[in-house]
Amino acid sequence: MSNNGHLSGSFYFNGDIACAEGAISAGCRFFAGYPITPATEIAERMSERLPEIGGVYIQMEDELASMAAILGAAWGGKKSMTSTSGPGFSLMMENLGLGYMTETPCVVVNVQRAGPSTGLPTLVAQADMMQARWGAHGCYSAIALCPSSPQEMYDYTIKAFNLSEKYRVPVLLMADEAVGHMSEKVTITPPEKLKLVTRRKPTVSPDKFNPYQPDADLVPPMANAGEGYGFHVTGLTHDERGYPVMTPQAQEKLVRRLVDKIDKNRDDIIEVEEWDTDDAEVVVVSYGISARIVRYAVELARKEGIKAGMLKLITVWPFAESTIKRLAPRLKSFIVVEINAGQIVLEVERCAAGQTKTVLLPGMGGAVHHPDVILEAIRKAAK
Amino acid sequence: MTIEIANTKVIDQYIRQDRMPHIWCPGCGIGTVLHALIRSLVKGGYDMDKVAMVSGIGCTARAAGYVKMDSFHTTHGRALPFATGLKLANPDLKVILFSGDGDLVSIGGNHFIHAARRNMDITVICVNNFNYGMTGGQMGPTTPTGARTSTSRSGNYEPSFSIPALAAASGAVYVARWTCLHLRQLENSISEALTRKGFSLVEAISPCPTVYGRLNKQPTGLDQMKYYQTASSVENGADPMKVGIELNGKITCGKFVDIERPSYLEMAGFDKETR
Repeated sequence: MSNNGHLSGSFYFNGDIACAEGAISAGCRFFAGYPITPATEIAERMSERLPEIGGVYIQMEDELASMAAILGAAWGGKKSMTSTSGPGFSLMMENLGLGYMTETPCVVVNVQRAGPSTGLPTLVAQADMMQARWGAHGCYSAIALCPSSPQEMYDYTIKAFNLSEKYRVPVLLMADEAVGHMSEKVTITPPEKLKLVTRRKPTVSPDKFNPYQPDADLVPPMANAGEGYGFHVTGLTHDERGYPVMTPQAQEKLVRRLVDKIDKNRDDIIEVEEWDTDDAEVVVVSYGISARIVRYAVELARKEGIKAGMLKLITVWPFAESTIKRLAPRLKSFIVVEINAGQIVLEVERCAAGQTKTVLLPGMGGAVHHPDVILEAIRKAAK
Repeated sequence: MTIEIANTKVIDQYIRQDRMPHIWCPGCGIGTVLHALIRSLVKGGYDMDKVAMVSGIGCTARAAGYVKMDSFHTTHGRALPFATGLKLANPDLKVILFSGDGDLVSIGGNHFIHAARRNMDITVICVNNFNYGMTGGQMGPTTPTGARTSTSRSGNYEPSFSIPALAAASGAVYVARWTCLHLRQLENSISEALTRKGFSLVEAISPCPTVYGRLNKQPTGLDQMKYYQTASSVENGADPMKVGIELNGKITCGKFVDIERPSYLEMAGFDKETR
């Protein structure tokens, strides 16, 4: 282990543990959580690892408190994270909203399980994807990443921290039970090869500092508590001084920027992977664990001579509109594979805008799709 | 270190003058309590750059927006877990929670008992006016049985929480109660609470003439202060389990708990580490 607390080399890790290690590599030194299947292993790992590297683990009384605590810790100057699953994610929505409004960098991991309610605690689903986009009340734009393997749990946890620090926004790592609990080889990035982003600090003296005055990228520099800036932070609609202003004009200015700082930087934020889309007639869109099964099904289809391709959404929010718009006119069909009753399919359909068909392969949760089901859908769509 | 306060200008410099006038009603006690807190901080010689105030939602919580220090106006009931994260991320900060009664022990009740149980290193100042003032005077868990509010027009039939009892039972190391009439004692108790390691609580009984007093035959701040004058008694060391407040009943004031037990930072070993 290096002095920064990084492991070195490759390990046989499950996705949850890989996520915890990714957080540590990213510089996370505060974790607040509450036990919940199938995310508990992240908290367990953090409880063991953080104290040995000068970090803080605290087990809170519930997920409301966990989310509030990581916001407080972020303002105390730490990179902070919590992890949960469906029921806990629902409880976090209130303070997640505070995070969006106060532009607090932090990472929230949701290892998705089947719901609604208690549902199937130990089994997979991808049904919180719209909650990730719209779950907190009010207008805002969200960033959500979907890892497909333990290695990606490690890599995209680091990316989640980087995006949260860069854009001053809570970033959601929308994993799933299958990825969280599968064990595979995970290679730790050596510290010297890590590209880490840290929040931009104020460049003006405290008397000239306006905590919500944005730079050109629409993101305001951030002072931490205790640094002498004497700033005020509120969940109320506020002006650039951070003071509450109860007018539609202030609301328009602030909330427009909260939306724009993500949407106008979407090219920098969005990451997707495409396979065999160049000549494809059918493109299967998927994310998370489902993307791995789609990959196999697309390979089988290619062996049959079908011009199939695949689009894997790593960044699900903001949505990869331009990719869908580019592909749509030359396709016979999109197929969307997701373990829910149809969530991201709505975005694909919207962006395809009638230029091609969009077929949904849904799943109510508890199991991943069988590759044969996807292959059959590809065959049908290619006819 | 004790600093004498010669005039109010000393206090004024810790108030955001560009946010005045404040939203509090005439006769309200929140400003009185905030004044006592700032006097305690000034007298204690605290480095204000290292003091942070956290609040939730409600009339009292608006104080965070008026003080000139790092201040956080968070979500309803969640100020304590937010403050917990802030304190643990930077233990050099003196973290003060300024909260109303509903915010603290109704919606935030679970967080309150657990912060006290952990003996988290936070000083809580609770302004208790027996109702939800900001939303127009609804009953809450501190509303005395029989009191009339906008959601208990014929009289509240629920039993009420005693905040000192709740704090003491949950593990707070310092618990005191005063009313807005007991200015000096309130200030002294806040000063003491600020020096204690772990979870300290000072409750300040406050007038809310506009929405609570008017429905309970005390329509002005002065009426409520007169009630405090006749009904309150100082009983330092009183059993916190026996200081509940009944409608128009006795108000027991004083310091009820002042004990030592390891604070969260001490137990976690954070106080020893060089950070």
